Amino acid sequence: MFDDFLVRAVLAGVGLSLATGPLGSFVVWRRMAYFGDATSHAAILGVALALAADLPVVIGTMVVALAMAVTVATLAAKGWAMDTTLGVLAHSALAFGLVAVSFVPAVRTDLSAWLFGDILAVSQMDLALVWGGALVVVGLLVWRWQGLLTATLNEDLAHASGLNPDRERLVLTIALAIVVAVAIKVVGALLIAAMLIVPAAAARGLSRNPEGMAVMATVIGAASAVGGLGLSLLKDTPAGPSIIVVASLIFAAGTAFGQRMKH
Amino acid sequence: MPCLPGGGVMALLSADHISVRFAGAEALQDVTMRLDPGEIVTVVGPNGSGKSTLIRALLGIVPVSEGRVQRMAGLRIGYVPQRLMLDRSLPITVRRFLSLPARVSDAAATGALARVGLPGLKGAQMVGLSGGQMQRVLLARALLAEPQVLVLDEPTQGLDQPGEASFYRLIEEVRKQTGAAVLMVSHDLHVVMAASDRVICLNGHVCCQGTPHVVSSAPEYRALFGLGTKGALALYQHVHDHDHSDAPEHDHPHGPKHGRKPGHDHDHGHGHAHV
Repeated sequence: MFDDFLVRAVLAGVGLSLATGPLGSFVVWRRMAYFGDATSHAAILGVALALAADLPVVIGTMVVALAMAVTVATLAAKGWAMDTTLGVLAHSALAFGLVAVSFVPAVRTDLSAWLFGDILAVSQMDLALVWGGALVVVGLLVWRWQGLLTATLNEDLAHASGLNPDRERLVLTIALAIVVAVAIKVVGALLIAAMLIVPAAAARGLSRNPEGMAVMATVIGAASAVGGLGLSLLKDTPAGPSIIVVASLIFAAGTAFGQRMKH
Repeated sequence: MPCLPGGGVMALLSADHISVRFAGAEALQDVTMRLDPGEIVTVVGPNGSGKSTLIRALLGIVPVSEGRVQRMAGLRIGYVPQRLMLDRSLPITVRRFLSLPARVSDAAATGALARVGLPGLKGAQMVGLSGGQMQRVLLARALLAEPQVLVLDEPTQGLDQPGEASFYRLIEEVRKQTGAAVLMVSHDLHVVMAASDRVICLNGHVCCQGTPHVVSSAPEYRALFGLGTKGALALYQHVHDHDHSDAPEHDHPHGPKHGRKPGHDHDHGHGHAHV
């Protein structure tokens, strides 16, 4: 059954949602949206470096994404003006990546696949990577859940309870790098952050508790993947962007519904 | 209780000549203090005097550049922060919040909420709470850890005066029930000062410390706060309506009698008649 490209595409989308649901919720709660951008944009540079060095792409993207995430986290800890710093880093990471790509003919010909994903061309190997990475991320988040949540609410509160907020932040940083590395094939470097944020934002109005929001974000992410692939199939639209379009429509519908429920 | 001042008994928390620097500027200089079991210690001082920094250094949140902070091994701390800035993007009920960082049973959560006077609030969203409710929920959460010391950093900021008075009344009740020591911060002459065993007056360094009465008449304290002291103490008296039947020698006309010494048994005739 894994022979069918469409089945593989659906499974890749669903597998990715397992990780982006809970991780995206943290990105939203901690206002890390730009952080996600900087990290995922850096992945393009990772692709170029990996191909130039003849290394597996997933290694290159993960190393560069991790380096970017750690850089950003370090600058944040030093009290840099994060909005500006992240803006500079996110855009320059992308620009450096695109320039680097121009030296690597193999990527150059296939640039839009790296920018917007190529979920319909997901191989069995890619699928194993997506699910493997997603399960590692889910495992990390479940393991540290209580500490992560406490540190997200208030770092001093976490400190006073004997937790180390820096360590919790590192867990999220690593999880983000893993997601970026496995998601680039599915939705592309430009849309990874969207896959993190849009389903989680859509889940917000429908949830009463953090766990509920994480699960709901996963469900919405998976539904968007399936819906987006359907749209792509029917109307011959690009698959990655179609997934985000569906997620955004769910967000809009959910927000409108939430507003009506309030009145 | 084995906690005579300076009697060689293990303090719950202590700072030994600590200094804290932020970006080169000294926030705290050479501060020495200790908190013994069962004590209520209040830190007062103007804005920017390093009160919160002292608390954060004692909790290990900010590193000290000099000196030493000691916490008793295995000390259970119940911390109530100044305020909890909740992001609206994070949905969380009061019940769920009480289970952070350690999960607690439903019965324990119900009990803690009842104790702080908020029964039936379990299902409420944290972002929807009023300031007073929020502080009480934070206190309930702190109590669930069965703390040996409650640390409160300006816990009544943003509360009106009756809310403030009733919050401090609650703290005192909790202290009596649990025997937990209390370390509080206040940014001015709050009513709370009179309820303390000891007051530490801070302005970057320790200006003076001692019983509320001693501190309020100390020249260093007057220099910082002017002469409003007696009014504040009287206000406390009025709101709290203390009746200290075993009042020791005390020449303050209105001030409540807190001859309570660290180590003194704490049920010494606090005939509270709450109004």
